[in-house]
Amino acid sequence: MLIMGVMAIAIARIRDLFAVSMLSGIFSLTAAAAYVVLDAVDVAFTEAAVGAGISTVLMLGTLALTTRQEKVTGGKSKGTAAFFVVAVTGAVLIYGTFDMPRYGDPIAPIHHHVAPRYLEKSFGEVGMPNVVTSVLASYRSFDTLGEVFVIFTAATGVLAILGRAGRRRREDEIADETVTARSDDASPDKDKETAS
Amino acid sequence: MMHRKVVLRVVSKFLIPPILVFALYVQFHGDFGPGGGFQAGVIFGAAFILYAILFGVETVKKVLPPWVTRLLLVVGVLTYGLCGVAGLLLGGNYLDYNVLAHDPLHGQHYGILIVEAGVGITVAAAMITIFNVFAGQTGED
Repeated sequence: MLIMGVMAIAIARIRDLFAVSMLSGIFSLTAAAAYVVLDAVDVAFTEAAVGAGISTVLMLGTLALTTRQEKVTGGKSKGTAAFFVVAVTGAVLIYGTFDMPRYGDPIAPIHHHVAPRYLEKSFGEVGMPNVVTSVLASYRSFDTLGEVFVIFTAATGVLAILGRAGRRRREDEIADETVTARSDDASPDKDKETAS
Repeated sequence: MMHRKVVLRVVSKFLIPPILVFALYVQFHGDFGPGGGFQAGVIFGAAFILYAILFGVETVKKVLPPWVTRLLLVVGVLTYGLCGVAGLLLGGNYLDYNVLAHDPLHGQHYGILIVEAGVGITVAAAMITIFNVFAGQTGED
C-alpha cells in the first residue's frame, strides 16, 4: 500500500511520460499483489495481465505517436481548484468507508446475501470446483455477456476512430509520394494527424 | 524495427510458444483454478503483441491479417450469444445451460466451456486489433 502511495505521487509529479507509463505498470503490478493478499486470485490475474501488461503497451504505443514530455498547462488557480475537488472527493470517499464492515468480518452483509448459496450449492448445480468461474459464466452469465459486448464495442470504437484515419492517411501518403518524395521525419505525420 | 536486438528476439522466440500454451491452459483450466476466458484472451493477445513489438506490426499482419482478427471479434461475441440462443431453442431460458445436454451438470459444463471460449476469442481479437491499429498509426517502419 505504501509503495502504491509513493507510486501515485511519483506518477502525478513526473513530467516524463515514458517513466509515468512504466510507473503505472508497476502500480498495477503492486495492485495485483494486493489482490493476491486479499485472496482474489482471479482479479489479481486480470489486473496483472491487463493493467500491467496490455495497458502499459498501449500507453507506450500512444507515446510513440505523440510526445514524451508532458506539456505544463494551466495556471496556479486551476491547480488549486483541481486539488480542492480531489481532496473533497477523497475525504467523502474515506468518510464513506467508515460505515463499511471491517475486512473479514463474518457478519458483514456481503457474506449473507447470495454468497453462502453459491459456495454451498454451486458444485452440485454447476459442477465446477472454481466458484468464481461458475458465478461468472453461469449464475451471472448475462453480466458476462454484457462485458463481452463492452470489449467488442471498445474494439469497434477504436477501429472506427483510428482504423479509418490510418487508412485515409495511408492514401494521403501514397498521393504524397506520387507528388514528391517526402522526408520521413515525424513532423509532417503529426501535422496530418491534426488535419485529418 | 529492432533488427539488432538479438537477445530480445531469441528470448521472445523461446517465450511466445509457452505464452500461447499458457493462455490455452488458463482458458481450459479456468473451471478448476484461477483464470478463464478473459484472462486467457489477454494472455493470448499479449503473445501476439510481444511478437508485434519485436518484429513489427507488418509481420504479425502476415500471420494474422486484420480481417481475421475482425472476424474473430465478431465470432467470439456470436459464440456467446448463440450459445444462449441454443438454450432458448432447446426449451430453456436464454443462457440456460442445463438443457444443452441430458445431464444438467454436463450441460453447465458445455455451456461454460463454450461461453468462455467466446469470451476468450473476443478478448484476444480485441487486444490484437486495438494494438495493431494503435501501432499501425506510426505507419512505415
